Amino acid sequence: MSDVRLSGVSKSFGPVQAVRDVTLDIERGELMAVLGPSGCGKTTLLRTIAGFERPDAGSVIVADEVVAGPGRFVPPERRRIGMVFQDYALFPHLTVTANVGFGLAARARDQRDRLTRRTLELVGLQHRADRYPHELSGGERQRVALARAMAPEPALVLLDEPFSSLDASLRSGLRREVELILRDAQATALLVTHDQEEALSLADRLAVMRDGRIVQVGGPEEVYVQPASRWAAQFVGDVNVLAGVAHGTGVETELGVFDLRMPASGSVHVAVRPEQLELRADHHGNAEVVAREFRGHDVLYRLRHEAGRVVLVQLPSLELHEVGARVFVRPAPSAVTTLVD
Amino acid sequence: MKPDGIDAWAILTLVCAAAVAAPLIGLPLSFAVAPGGLSEFSGLVPEAAGATVVLVVGVGAGTLLLGTALAALVSFCDFPGRGWIEWALVLPLAMPGYVFTLFALGLDVPGIRSSLGAVSVFTLVLYPYVYLLARAAFLAQSRTLLEAARGLGLSRRAAIVRVGLPLARPAILGGVALALMEALADFGTVNLLGVQTFTDAIYKVWFIAFDRDAAMQLATLLVSVTLALLVLERLARGRARYHQLAARGDLAPPVRLRGVAAAVAVVAPLALVGLVVAAPLAQLGVWSIESIREGLLAPEFATAARNSVLLAAMSALLVPLAAILLAYGARASRSRAAAGAARTATIGYGLPGSVVAVAVIVPLGWLERRIDGIAGTGLLLTGTVIGLFYAYLVRFLALAWGAVESSLTRIPRQLDEAARGLGADRLDVLARVHVPLMRTGMVTAALLVFVEVMKELPATLLLRPLDGDTLAIAVWQATTESLFETASLPALLIVLVGLLPVAAMIRLSGRRGAELEAAQATGAWAEELEERTVVPA
Repeated sequence: MSDVRLSGVSKSFGPVQAVRDVTLDIERGELMAVLGPSGCGKTTLLRTIAGFERPDAGSVIVADEVVAGPGRFVPPERRRIGMVFQDYALFPHLTVTANVGFGLAARARDQRDRLTRRTLELVGLQHRADRYPHELSGGERQRVALARAMAPEPALVLLDEPFSSLDASLRSGLRREVELILRDAQATALLVTHDQEEALSLADRLAVMRDGRIVQVGGPEEVYVQPASRWAAQFVGDVNVLAGVAHGTGVETELGVFDLRMPASGSVHVAVRPEQLELRADHHGNAEVVAREFRGHDVLYRLRHEAGRVVLVQLPSLELHEVGARVFVRPAPSAVTTLVD
Repeated sequence: MKPDGIDAWAILTLVCAAAVAAPLIGLPLSFAVAPGGLSEFSGLVPEAAGATVVLVVGVGAGTLLLGTALAALVSFCDFPGRGWIEWALVLPLAMPGYVFTLFALGLDVPGIRSSLGAVSVFTLVLYPYVYLLARAAFLAQSRTLLEAARGLGLSRRAAIVRVGLPLARPAILGGVALALMEALADFGTVNLLGVQTFTDAIYKVWFIAFDRDAAMQLATLLVSVTLALLVLERLARGRARYHQLAARGDLAPPVRLRGVAAAVAVVAPLALVGLVVAAPLAQLGVWSIESIREGLLAPEFATAARNSVLLAAMSALLVPLAAILLAYGARASRSRAAAGAARTATIGYGLPGSVVAVAVIVPLGWLERRIDGIAGTGLLLTGTVIGLFYAYLVRFLALAWGAVESSLTRIPRQLDEAARGLGADRLDVLARVHVPLMRTGMVTAALLVFVEVMKELPATLLLRPLDGDTLAIAVWQATTESLFETASLPALLIVLVGLLPVAAMIRLSGRRGAELEAAQATGAWAEELEERTVVPA
């Protein structure tokens, strides 16, 4: 069953339509990511769900309660939604314990203490309980922010670009940690990010957003492998968009013949990921290496194809091709491609 | 679409703002109500205008030179004792002009009863405005700019004159504008020295002729002069930009003074502070002891002291409360109208106490007659302390608002939202997040209002209930009758209380950021004031 349901949500600021007719379901215990470039309206969407913005149209249902809809608006403090802010917004005058316990003011003291302690343990910060926010590291602050949002046992946890103010070196470790904490608590969570790697690796499902609209919803593999549009293909990772002619289950392009996921015919465009191509050294090959981006476990090559176009190819870094080398590029044996606009 | 901003908070803010701003906006209407109102007193206007010009030119030049020179001395030079001389130079802020005048009159300083005497008194007690703002500006200058100037062939002194001073110009002029506004607002000093300025004229027209329309028209003229000053100051800035991207702590290293120069650098500021603060305090102390020993204390002294403390304490409670309401309402409701209203409500500051008194009396009198008609309560508002509190609110709201607002703006809005998301309603947010974070700002606001009310003379004089003498009035009254010993003890008390915020400011200055903050609380609402009062283009 779905725990959070947005239907037809729109929000404008003056002439700017930040969120347009967004419909989205989030299952109980699911970790959903909204992925989009900055300015696409994803933060407005999050704030609308939290109750900091009032939608112009549409409705928001959280745990079977309409919190925003025609003639109805539940203020944020009564929505049972926890929010982790981009720069955490910890209360500087309160200790870690008091921050985490802030949302429990209405509970009985022993229950408050117990919940606070349990949540601190969940995020592994019981030894920092009496510190003040400025005495913590960036990662610890983030975990306090998460604990504070989760302590009142909200129906939904919202995370607004939660990793963007952390060092890159800390990011992936914390990402995993946050994921485990959320899964441990079986929390329903909605994460907003512009980082496709973050969204792909963390979320159960993701919603790709552009100009206020959701353009695709699906599991990470689905969104990556079967992009709904050329834009979505390009936004979620590197991609070659090739023109070709489809004959049923195959499509013929200037780089060779690819399998098609869905049969089609006529002239089409297909999205080919860099790892769906392979290349070998060949003095009479059909392309030349113009740039090489070494990424440790793999290498991204930028080739100039004899037909003139630039082609991206990603290979494991087992065998390296030098810039300027002639190579032969062709579809990888298992490459199945998707039609795009 | 109905923004969620138009709510109880916004309405409260608007009502509060209207109550405070309405009387002042009503002032110019007096010309419409009684067009010929001033003709009876036509002699007063040219004289007041003349005295005003003398004061503006004299006090302007005096504070500009003295304040800037002292600020440059402590900012660009190093000498023994600089650390505390830097702060001793702020002490004259605690000395009200009329108390220093009492000291000068008591010693029978020759020539003091003249425009020149008034200019000297104002320069000595008001230079700290220029000094504080200029010093803050000098300290904020990055050494790179001064070093760039030296790299281009200027000597150190030439670099200060051609780069350092011009960069500080807006701050210096802002300080001068503040000092001039204080001088124009003053009543005690000019009245005691027999200089006939607008405030003095307002007092005479009000108390001797009892002509309210004429008093309001004089007040309007005085306000115009004040506003004109602010506009001039703004124009003087021209189009140049003075903001610098100075990294904090990147200060130009001061020049170490030696020998005679060092001796002068130590002795001159000390002599100045000695003259303006130490000597009057000592003399007042001596006279106070004499007055007690010889039974020269006014019989009303105890009542006056009690009245002063009660008025100041009540105002210190009420005015910051109103300021919080305004600042918080503007923040919480997010509506533009509420934000604008909050700004409007603070126009009273920098306006002379006599102007404010004259301005509030009309709406109060009107309301009073209405209430009297219904309930038969008589002079419920103008005859009691309510009118006085209203005037204090109008006059000092900006002071409290500045302190509260500056600490409120430092609380990111996300904290509000974080608290709301955790189940706190707006009152909870106020009580559990804002109040603890604004405590310093609120204490500052209360302290400033307390001290200002203790010192306040003209509005109190015009609006006090019949038996309502305060310490300030006792000082003024005794001094007009040349009873200097009698005036001393109340004067001493006022100065000692006035030292509190200055001392607090100096103590806070241990932390660098807090220093500017404190300076701001005491002096630098200049910028805000400017922004607020500049006529829309």
